[in-house]
Amino acid sequence: MEQSLASDKKSWIKPQLIFIAVIIAGFVAYPFVVSDYFIDVAFYFGIYALLGLSLNIVLGEVGLFDLGHAGFYAVGAYTTAILNTKYGVPILVLIPVSAIVAALFAYILFSPVIHLQGDYLLIVTLGLGEIVRLALINNPFNLTGGPDGVFGIDFPRIGEFFVCDTSLKFYFLIWIIVALTIAALLCLQNSRIGRAWNYIREDEVAANAMGIDSRRYKLLAFVLGAAIAAVAGNVYACKLMVVSPESFTFMESCLMFCIVLIGGMGSIPGVLLGAAFISLFPEIFRPFANYRMLFFGLAMMLMMMFRPGGVWPRKRGAVGFKSLLDDTGRNDG
Amino acid sequence: MADNDRKHASGEIVLETRQLTKIFGGLTAVGAVDLKVHKGEILSLIGPNGAGKTTVFNVVTGIYKPEEGQVLFGGRDITGRAPHRIVECGIARTFQNIRLFPDMTCLENVMAGRHCRSRAGLFSSIFKTPGQRAEEKSIREIAERRLEQVGLAGSRDELAKNIAYGSQRMLEIARALASEPDLLVLDEPSSGLNPKETEDLMVFLKNLIHEDDVTILLIEHDMNLVMGISDWVVVLDGGRKIAEGAPEDVYADPLVIEAYLGKDDEDTPYELSA
Repeated sequence: MEQSLASDKKSWIKPQLIFIAVIIAGFVAYPFVVSDYFIDVAFYFGIYALLGLSLNIVLGEVGLFDLGHAGFYAVGAYTTAILNTKYGVPILVLIPVSAIVAALFAYILFSPVIHLQGDYLLIVTLGLGEIVRLALINNPFNLTGGPDGVFGIDFPRIGEFFVCDTSLKFYFLIWIIVALTIAALLCLQNSRIGRAWNYIREDEVAANAMGIDSRRYKLLAFVLGAAIAAVAGNVYACKLMVVSPESFTFMESCLMFCIVLIGGMGSIPGVLLGAAFISLFPEIFRPFANYRMLFFGLAMMLMMMFRPGGVWPRKRGAVGFKSLLDDTGRNDG
Repeated sequence: MADNDRKHASGEIVLETRQLTKIFGGLTAVGAVDLKVHKGEILSLIGPNGAGKTTVFNVVTGIYKPEEGQVLFGGRDITGRAPHRIVECGIARTFQNIRLFPDMTCLENVMAGRHCRSRAGLFSSIFKTPGQRAEEKSIREIAERRLEQVGLAGSRDELAKNIAYGSQRMLEIARALASEPDLLVLDEPSSGLNPKETEDLMVFLKNLIHEDDVTILLIEHDMNLVMGISDWVVVLDGGRKIAEGAPEDVYADPLVIEAYLGKDDEDTPYELSA
């Protein structure tokens, strides 16, 4: 990341680097000043950030509606749970394995339906997400444990030398993964692949006519999105030490969808804000637990009315030449 | 325009359609059209509304698959290839209703044209390999040059939807040019332009032929433009080719006048154009 920044103009580097440094310092210092409970809140913030980033590729960058993203999250979590409890494969090894399994899963499932447009695709993804959940409940081949799920998942460990067994360690595990994902996605955004995704979102016919194989790039988005969601599933599974189908309901897919919409489609800082909102919201409104969803619905409606482009939309206007800081205060609707 | 300026029938054939037929439901939108575009010429496809001009373009650029007939490009059969493959072969197009990427910058729009000429994959893009960076740099440089060529260098960081209509037309041409096409296919490039802009476009296209080693196939309603820049004109009506020839000959052809005006009308064709 730093290298790519340094290769661009010098004048804007400093404020942006300082901004990033302050945020990183904040994240490192945070768990040492708050209680374990709030470290866990931040952990779930990280999980939702990762899920939001994964859906953002599909929904934000390419503009494909996907309301079944929890399915990939589930595939990652169950792959981890099953291979770890039944075959004793270490959790850290299972991070890439889960990602690859979910990616293959997405590739096979979406290959036949990728040509569908807009709401048709949305219905199909909704169906796929539910099929995954129902399949897990029905305990195929005695692998998924039915409604009870799979329990007894190990901690991430490197032999006896390092065991990730406290809230603090999990906090760092998830946020290191989020940071690496963000770095990779930022590079992708400013590459021909990221642009191809955006061209498809803006006008698919024109994108095709400019030489972009839209089918291939849409599939790539789903595969990559699924892989990242599966990594989130992996970390989630070993944090809870148990996975069960009720963690991967339609509501989870909806929350991911909201994260991207709240933040601003295709905007990485926006996704982080959206994830913060979704994961901190229940904490803030804990005193009014009964009215939580009411407030949530109201907030979403107000958002759509007054800031349809999201809180922090991605600003175009300079291909990698202007600072992320300039991104605020613009509403492209 | 002197006769010896004409390039038609002199150079090699860039694009050829043989008995091209496209049927929608029961309607023959394009019926058995033969078209020959020679290297370095400007060929205009004209005809009344609904004559099948845009359909011919859509078949040539792969958006529709023809029921019958062939499209040959540089001698190769490209019939029925997907649009993105056809761009790779060297045919780039613009659209009748401008189709830019509205929420992206002008520069990014033009960079789209470089997609088929670049290769960076997922991993080289994530890890920013030296090869990928060099490629990105060249993509940006070529796109900037094309923007400059159409006179939009100053708008490089503006969103495509925010620039003037006439500029959007030029931006679309720049985007097509960025893919370094051998054949540029323009669907009504002057529609919506004022007389001054149309004049500029005419000069631009004429220069383009000389500067860029490109061949141009265009659909046009503006008869001044057609007469002014075409080396060859093909007239379609009801999906069939009814005439072709040098602009003045076609202009005087009774069949063409009839197609535009019906039999007993006295107006000249271009006053009906819209």
